[in-house]
Amino acid sequence: MNDMTQPVPLTAGNFKSATKPIWCPGCGDFSVLSSVTKALALVGKPPHQVAVVSGIGCSSRIPAYTSCYGFHGVHGRSLAAATGLKVARPDLTVLVAGGDGDGYSIGGNHFLHACRRNVDLTYIVMDNHVYGMTKGQASPTTEPDWDNKLSPGGTGVRSFHPLVIALASGANFVARAFAGDPNGTAEIIAQGIRHPGFSFIEIMSPCVTFRPEQREWKNHVHRAAVEATDDAARAARRIMTDDGFNIGVVYAGNRTPYPAVKRNEHSADAVHQLEKEFQL
Amino acid sequence: MSQKTHTTKPPQTLEEFMAQALVMEHEAAQRYNDLADAMEMHNNRDVAQMFRTMAGYEAKHAQQIMEEMNWVDVPGVPTGAWPAMEPPESVPHDEVHYLMHPWHALQLALAAEERAREFFDQLALVATTESVRKAALELRDEEAEHVALVQAWIAKTPKPDAQWANDPDPPRYVD
Repeated sequence: MNDMTQPVPLTAGNFKSATKPIWCPGCGDFSVLSSVTKALALVGKPPHQVAVVSGIGCSSRIPAYTSCYGFHGVHGRSLAAATGLKVARPDLTVLVAGGDGDGYSIGGNHFLHACRRNVDLTYIVMDNHVYGMTKGQASPTTEPDWDNKLSPGGTGVRSFHPLVIALASGANFVARAFAGDPNGTAEIIAQGIRHPGFSFIEIMSPCVTFRPEQREWKNHVHRAAVEATDDAARAARRIMTDDGFNIGVVYAGNRTPYPAVKRNEHSADAVHQLEKEFQL
Repeated sequence: MSQKTHTTKPPQTLEEFMAQALVMEHEAAQRYNDLADAMEMHNNRDVAQMFRTMAGYEAKHAQQIMEEMNWVDVPGVPTGAWPAMEPPESVPHDEVHYLMHPWHALQLALAAEERAREFFDQLALVATTESVRKAALELRDEEAEHVALVQAWIAKTPKPDAQWANDPDPPRYVD
């Protein structure tokens, strides 16, 4: 007789939807999608226990390409929506995804405060240093001397340093990954999901259409030669002195996630109380 | 990230080795299917069909290993099992173009098969057990056959002209 209680192991395929990505062929986001589905299989939670929340931009289309619950929200507000979801439904694994423009410019303020609050979310930023969906404007992570018709001679503005900002703002897990390393990236995402609190994973994801020179990234990227630290000062020194192509987990801290009390322990009472307040 | 030398620890048992070979074929098939999907979305049907065909071949090779080893599930392989970031037979995501021709797809397939052949060749050199060395040589010879098949296919496929990537309505206007 077959043992019907044995769970069937989840595979990456269980987390892929039937909707095919419309990204440009060659885009790094294809690899990131593959990494996300592999990471979710590693974590082992079924799709109905996972939500993927995003903002606006090429990479923010990712919820549609997974079989998890998804919310494709407004520009820059993915972290706000995800925070609400996670606080209301702490039983869900909540992934937040988007690009550098969505996360660091339009959603920049939410980014700071999401790090500070330390709600148990995993924030994946597919950083290609450009606004791809709107055809190639400079983003917060664009190099100051990137010359193009929309910003002749470059913007001259210093690039935003997401890892430093995340660390300084209180993110409990900080990592850098590379789209061309889908299996390594999957492991980092899985670590980020398992780590309590706000996990920030910056993924270098080349835009082959507007920044074709980023195809060269694969020749520069290298895995971090050191283990993750829980010492923020040490992590900061590492981030500030590396060449920007070091991939791996930089920081894994010990801060208690918000809210400290598990809301689901008394969620029925809380919902009842909330409903009572709104009764006419 | 060079693919040229085998710098990772070689598998110690035949099972470990075959698991590695299986994951390589399995991931290659997945990648070809991803690329086929991307090409279909961009209405490049000839190349989509080419990638789909390649995916079928790789899936067949994976199935053969599963049957040979009596495996039901695809086993995992340890981190760092590959000399580069990805298994050698996977076509890198970033090496495709929305206007590419079947000839380009075959060039990518050829490079993937050559990397696989080189991988098994290097692995046979560093194998510490006879069963692994023998199996690595067998798979190297199989990959060499695939290289020859793809080369023959390329010879029958028209090479695109130098203007193949010209798009009268390009996505980028920022140059």
